[in-house]
Amino acid sequence: MIATSRDDGRETLAVAIALLASVAIGSALMLCAGKAPGHVWWLMVERTLFTDAYSLGQVLYKATALVLTGLSVSIALDAGLFNIGAEGQVTAGVVACAAVGAALPHGTPAMIAIPACTLAAAVAGAAIGGMIGGMRAWRGAHEVITSIMLNAIVAGVALWLGNELLFQNSTTTGPPIAPGAELPQFGFGGSSANASLVLALGAVVAVWWVRARTTWGQALLAVGRDPAAARAAGISVGRVQLYAMLAAGAFAGLAATNFVMGHKHAFEEGLGRGAGILGISAALLGRMNPFGIAAAALALGFLSSGGLAVAQEVPKELTEMLQGVVVLAVAAAGPLARRYGRAPKNVPADPARTTGVA
Amino acid sequence: MIAALFTTAFLAQMIRIAVPYVFAALGGTLTEGSGVVDLAIEAKLLFGAFAAAAVAHATGSAWAGIAGGMAAGALTAAIQLGCALWLEADQVIVGVALNILALGGTRFLLQVIYHEGANSPPAPAFGDVIVTNPLVIGAVVAAVLVPLAVQRTRWGLRLRAAGERPEALVAVGVSPRRARMHAALVGGALAGAGGAQLSLAVGGFSADMSSGRGYIALAMVILSGWRPAIAALACVGVAIAEALNILIQITHATIAGHRIPSELAPLLPYVLTLVVLLVYNGRSRRPPGSLGKL
Repeated sequence: MIATSRDDGRETLAVAIALLASVAIGSALMLCAGKAPGHVWWLMVERTLFTDAYSLGQVLYKATALVLTGLSVSIALDAGLFNIGAEGQVTAGVVACAAVGAALPHGTPAMIAIPACTLAAAVAGAAIGGMIGGMRAWRGAHEVITSIMLNAIVAGVALWLGNELLFQNSTTTGPPIAPGAELPQFGFGGSSANASLVLALGAVVAVWWVRARTTWGQALLAVGRDPAAARAAGISVGRVQLYAMLAAGAFAGLAATNFVMGHKHAFEEGLGRGAGILGISAALLGRMNPFGIAAAALALGFLSSGGLAVAQEVPKELTEMLQGVVVLAVAAAGPLARRYGRAPKNVPADPARTTGVA
Repeated sequence: MIAALFTTAFLAQMIRIAVPYVFAALGGTLTEGSGVVDLAIEAKLLFGAFAAAAVAHATGSAWAGIAGGMAAGALTAAIQLGCALWLEADQVIVGVALNILALGGTRFLLQVIYHEGANSPPAPAFGDVIVTNPLVIGAVVAAVLVPLAVQRTRWGLRLRAAGERPEALVAVGVSPRRARMHAALVGGALAGAGGAQLSLAVGGFSADMSSGRGYIALAMVILSGWRPAIAALACVGVAIAEALNILIQITHATIAGHRIPSELAPLLPYVLTLVVLLVYNGRSRRPPGSLGKL
């Protein structure tokens, strides 16, 4: 969407409505769990932002992955596709990144090891994304269904590969990656925040630039807005959707750099699980704007890390549930804000609305 | 292993597995047939399974559990339709959001009500005998009644009109929104009954026990061309694949001397769904005309 200030205003209104609704529902849930909401929220803020460096570092660690999976979901959605396959794409990236890292000789310099592992993660994710995009473009198979099937298949194959090839003597951990491929960590009380945050921020800027400043970005947005019009304008809709899913898969795969190269330094069963699904929340809460997604990723990272920081007060399942609430609230708040925010002029009224079909 | 395929034990296993799928797919054809994208089947199964176990545990009656499961499924559908039709939220996103919510929400409820992380306390179960399980009989009855109701009743006619030509409904003074609500509430209750089978068959709820069945059921709905009887049959096909997988696991079946890896055998239904989608999608019937539109 080509942003105008009026659009921006409505988007902000939508996010504000959604956040308010989510906080209200979260507070109600805290009351259900028998706790005073104000106390729990404050404790969450205090521990993650002020008193506990580790919790703050974990916010950054979690946000790093969510920025990348959020961008993945948003690029696909720009092209009109709903990428809930980011989960499988992350897993594929994790396996490839760890396998390449472990295969490199011990003394491989960082100059070679880091790009090799990063590339492996991106390619593996892009392969899964490309399969989803290809099945959609050529066979018309709905990407949500194929994504879910592939998520399950990738998880099963990853476990199988782990058991057959990677896991060391009856653990669920693979061999360590070459030391040269390890990314420096930021500290923060021993938290897992690491240099892949730089990669994530670079991705934010890159996606912003492509969307706002290139014809490729305009083709992407045109396909998402109105595929028939885009086709009439000479854009190959199937090809754009395939490229979008390749890019989406690559970004999701890159989240593996955070998990493998920045944190665990090996393949582990279940590593990165949940980042793909939570990326949907980040993309929607960020309203498809790359900078918005970065902010949303921080907010969700805060919710996730903060949920653990107050786990003695309320069950951590509460924040898991809130993540779904946030998505629902954002999805519902967008149309609300459009309806009650100032309507753009010279746009014809929605015909469906005026015929009373809804 | 081939001989084991033709035993009553295998048949019973297959039927037990098929019941949640059949209920979910029948519910899905109703909701989608009326023009609402139904990605929330998974949430209805999961909330249905939890509510069935919780009510059955509290009352000591598995029958009450079924009612609880169906009510939870219908309630989930009401939230879905509220967001999709009244707030005009994107239907695909609402579905996925509800699924995330159900996954976290059932775990939250386990924690708050029972102080348990993954499993509910035991609830009365219907056990392994299929002929005395009301949900098995219910699934068969529903597989017959739902297609009849859609084709032969005024309710079904309105449902199909809401899905295909909502403006025609408006012309005769019927609200498409109301027709969709009716369809989705019945569809949600059916999916909730499917969830009840998940937890009441084993006598308790465990976290994520629907494990993607709702999505597979939706894939079958699409494959069937939105025809409930065909969707139910397709679900029996999925159940055969799953029962086969269990058989492979227990008998340690081999292919050309190699054991089938236990990590890969469970993927059979997913791979089959993908293959069937790819083979038939181009040729299958088109979706209801107003699917996903307001």
